[in-house]
Amino acid sequence: MAVDTDKNSYTVIFAAVMVVVVGSILAFLASGLGPQIKENERFATQQNILYAMGVNENGDDKGNVSQIPTDKVEAEFTTYIKEQLVLEDGKTTPDEEAYLIDLKKQLAAKKKGESYKLPLFIGEKDGKSSYIIPMYGKGLWDAIWGYIALDETMTVQGVYFDHKGETAGLGANIKMRYFMDDFEGESILDGTRYAGIAVAKGNNDPLNNTKDDNEVDALAGATITGNGVAVMIKESVNLYKDYLETIRVK
Amino acid sequence: MALLTKKDTSLILDPLADNNPITIQVLGICSALAITAELEASIVMAISVIFVMGLGNVVISLMRDIIPSKIRIIVQLIVVATLVIIVDQVLKAYAYELSKTLGAFIGLIITNCIIMGRFEAFALANGPWKSFLDGIGNALGYGVILIIVGFFRELLGSGTLLGYPVLGDPIMKTGLFATGYENNGFMILPPAALIVVGILIWVQRSKNPALIEDN
Repeated sequence: MAVDTDKNSYTVIFAAVMVVVVGSILAFLASGLGPQIKENERFATQQNILYAMGVNENGDDKGNVSQIPTDKVEAEFTTYIKEQLVLEDGKTTPDEEAYLIDLKKQLAAKKKGESYKLPLFIGEKDGKSSYIIPMYGKGLWDAIWGYIALDETMTVQGVYFDHKGETAGLGANIKMRYFMDDFEGESILDGTRYAGIAVAKGNNDPLNNTKDDNEVDALAGATITGNGVAVMIKESVNLYKDYLETIRVK
Repeated sequence: MALLTKKDTSLILDPLADNNPITIQVLGICSALAITAELEASIVMAISVIFVMGLGNVVISLMRDIIPSKIRIIVQLIVVATLVIIVDQVLKAYAYELSKTLGAFIGLIITNCIIMGRFEAFALANGPWKSFLDGIGNALGYGVILIIVGFFRELLGSGTLLGYPVLGDPIMKTGLFATGYENNGFMILPPAALIVVGILIWVQRSKNPALIEDN
């Protein structure tokens, strides 16, 4: 080609054109696919909330996590979730779209001292109520989040964890069934204190037979992610402490 | 005329053994250490890199005459980042489940030095078809090592393969664990990958003395 690609002017023009071209491609893509992505994320949120309260398609083998399929999740969500609440400044108001509240933003607002909204979901399965609390915290590399379902005695009905970028095979295992299943039946109370559930390395109870020790067995090679999960649970239940006290059977 | 000439075939096959990106060129070590604790993650990463490298090499090769040499590294970075974002967004819209599995790897692909290394060493000087083959070949060579390392680390570290317990249950003491065998916790930590890669390099060089450099 006849162009002198070493000239400064050429370099500047090339860079400018490249930025515009790449920028337009990405902007076009983002606006085109945006609605579809939002829809997928909405379904995923519903799936996760239902998963925590035990509405999922897990088999009896301790194998993979299987959630309600996306084409059915909307209907199942309305069947099982009886009420969606928003807690704001000590007031509790029903809100049909509470599940769309971004907890990360609310926690950021709380940190800045602004008013914030906390979503909470009340589900009912086989005549039993579950109070499902969303959680958000930090793992080793990036955000971790999840849901924890409690009954009136503050016993865990189920949990769901997910992460953005924990190490595959180590921290990423928080979303494996063998880890999440361990939380079932544990109490978040120690006496009357909201102690949460520690992810403990030396609890000598890999099958988690002891359900009243506020501890589950840790994951090998994932100390920081495990601690992140424990902190996340503790902080989240304490955020909802006032509400939980109103429903707790004493 | 055959679809692949002899030279084309060697572009694909050489990186699998005698010019392997990990064991010979020592590219892509970082991701080889990070994500090989499980076989499944290794396979997913291998497939993603094959895709991005094949495509990226072609794009860079098509642009090779117009890229100003002063900013070529930045241009390469933009090309690979753009490709990865496009793939990520499309997966999020149409294969959400898959995109959740891949999520953690997206960033690792962009920073994978194999990709930049091959853009710089090959695609900038060769035509699109040859660059495509070179990209696929190197990504395959990278993938093979990743899968071998992932196989040994998951088998010895967790006693499973693809999540399936092949050696028995370490807690209930069944299968091999009944004989007193224990999982080696060290194998799931990143340094173990360095050792496995080191052993692979050793085996490969002792089988083919031509690879040993003179000092």
